[in-house]
Amino acid sequence: MASDNVTIEDSEDLMTKLKNKVDKVIVSGSQQLLNTLPREKLAWMLQRMCEIRYFEEKAEDLYVRGLVHGTMHLSIGQEAGSVGSIATLKPEDLIIHHHRGHGHTIAKGANLTTMFAEFLGKEAGYCRGRGGSMHIADISGGNLGATGVVGGGIPTAVGIALALQMRRSEQILLSYFGDGASNEGEFHESLNMASIWKLPVVFICDNNQYGMSMNVKKAMNIENISTRASSYGIPGKTVDGNDVLAVYEAVMAAGEYARSGKGPSLIDCLSYRWRGHSKSDRNLYRTPQEIDEWKHKCPIRRFKQVLLDAAVMTGDEVEAIDQAAKVAIDRAAEEALTFPEPSPENMEDEVYAL
Amino acid sequence: MSTETKRELTYLEAVREAMVQEMRLDKEVFLIGEDVGIYGGAFGVSKGMIEEFGPERVRDTPISEAAIAGAATGAALMGMRPIMEIMFMDFLTISMNQLVNAAAKMRFMFGGKCSIPMVIRAPSGSGTGAAAQHSQSLEAWFVNVPGIKVVAPSSPYDAKGLLTAAIRDNNPVLFMEHKLLYRLKGPVPEESYCIPLQSAEVKREGRDLTIVAYSIMVPRAMEAAEKLAAEGIEVEVVDPRCLKPLDAETIIRSVSKTSRVLITHEAPLTGGFGGELAAVIAGSEAFDYLDAPIRRLAGLNVPIPYNRTLERAAVPQVEDIVAAARALALEGK
Repeated sequence: MASDNVTIEDSEDLMTKLKNKVDKVIVSGSQQLLNTLPREKLAWMLQRMCEIRYFEEKAEDLYVRGLVHGTMHLSIGQEAGSVGSIATLKPEDLIIHHHRGHGHTIAKGANLTTMFAEFLGKEAGYCRGRGGSMHIADISGGNLGATGVVGGGIPTAVGIALALQMRRSEQILLSYFGDGASNEGEFHESLNMASIWKLPVVFICDNNQYGMSMNVKKAMNIENISTRASSYGIPGKTVDGNDVLAVYEAVMAAGEYARSGKGPSLIDCLSYRWRGHSKSDRNLYRTPQEIDEWKHKCPIRRFKQVLLDAAVMTGDEVEAIDQAAKVAIDRAAEEALTFPEPSPENMEDEVYAL
Repeated sequence: MSTETKRELTYLEAVREAMVQEMRLDKEVFLIGEDVGIYGGAFGVSKGMIEEFGPERVRDTPISEAAIAGAATGAALMGMRPIMEIMFMDFLTISMNQLVNAAAKMRFMFGGKCSIPMVIRAPSGSGTGAAAQHSQSLEAWFVNVPGIKVVAPSSPYDAKGLLTAAIRDNNPVLFMEHKLLYRLKGPVPEESYCIPLQSAEVKREGRDLTIVAYSIMVPRAMEAAEKLAAEGIEVEVVDPRCLKPLDAETIIRSVSKTSRVLITHEAPLTGGFGGELAAVIAGSEAFDYLDAPIRRLAGLNVPIPYNRTLERAAVPQVEDIVAAARALALEGK
């Protein structure tokens, strides 16, 4: 609707119009992708999603059995976001993410045994047991780590992307954070800075609709987080984060935009976490019905159905991928449990680089 | 001081020269901060640098201290060697999450598989009439964070050598530049050189007592020592130069020799770095040589006031050091 040539009297109406104009519609995945993506890619996506789901279920099980020290933040229900976005990357591309980061780490190609080892605090873990579930990084694999301070990875992402730009690298960075982080000052400073310098980064909001107990609707007065992009003069899009192909499509476009030197964009990946915020959460702030509703929108079951409906795979093939993931997870956990604990000796020598 | 040079630079020029020489040497070194480009930095430290290195490596930023710190941290994580300038040390409060929770911890937290080679240049201290939010000395906060090094040079020679070492160091280094020292002149060799971090220096030898001082307190302690010498009290002045890692040995050796020690800094007394120095000395062999209690002379426990008289009274001045050192030299005699 044209909003030019309005008079002062129309101002209230104009503001409403403008607000509606910038609140983007939620984008769903296109059927066309199923025809263009190689079957191996689609199989890889399903495999990773299953691995993430089984990893987290196993992690929860290890925790319940008292084998895990500390806490964990599970992303069960959000697997399409991490897999759909990372599936768009080239192997040399980079990610930086957050405390709910098992999914991103697995999608980026982490060794499952090394991941469990870190989760269990073992010396053989990715961070040698120093980081744990909340801080898994696989630097050589292009996973530049998870930060436990909400929004804390976003300014660091600016620096990573700045280094890529200054070195004239072809690589891009995906920077993940949650809906809660988009209310942090660091979010604002960083998206603005990345925008003015046209840095090769895609900001991805893993919007699971809760900052611990606070629903996004209570935490902000806008419909879609992606509308915040307009404040920084960058593209913003809200996608159905339970539709792995929708995520893929949106992040691929944003990645190409970044790769071509046009700068960052913001993808709001709308999903839901089935489990509580962390181990202490008793879900007092939401109803069992709400959780059940979202379980019916399970991104893995949905993707399997899409693959079957399009006859990309048979039921047996789909189940074979699922079972292989389960076996791989069970094996990885078993092996990691046998690894030795780190030694507390000489810890202070590790703090500084030589 | 080992230099034979006759060339003199100000402290400010020495800081600039270290940056310029390192940027010529290593293309991964760059400067990032508010108004560091055409403006030349709020204090003029980077004046002329954008002409030589261009706007990409002498990079102006919006007023976004958290993002500046993040930009430096992320670039360092990628192996570059950013120098971030914060306009006033006070504004590091806005950068703290990136510096304390990210830059300082990443190496250890990620199992030693990365390093964060960056320098945080921070103009510190009072004496300019800038009042409570532009005059602080926040070194004690950073000293207490594993993963960060803290340097506080007191002379042009030290500023250049320590900054060169800080830029080449593979860790986050907080580099405190006292605003009142910027105009201080002293000999600085033209060629590049490093002063190793963790190397204290005896700035003046003396037998009667040791004053441990850093940053602006060093010239003040030197002036106090000169006055006390006229009274027959021979003061030894030791400058740790780098607070963390600390060259405790040089300090302990001096105190063991003089048997008396006065520790002085500008930051407030309570929780200040002087407490750490006192504990290091008290816990060492120097304890057996002490003829008097370890004394501290530091800033009052107040925000820095605006009024000239009040501001002066809030931090130790030369006459305060003279009085405290004289009393300590005579204590128990």
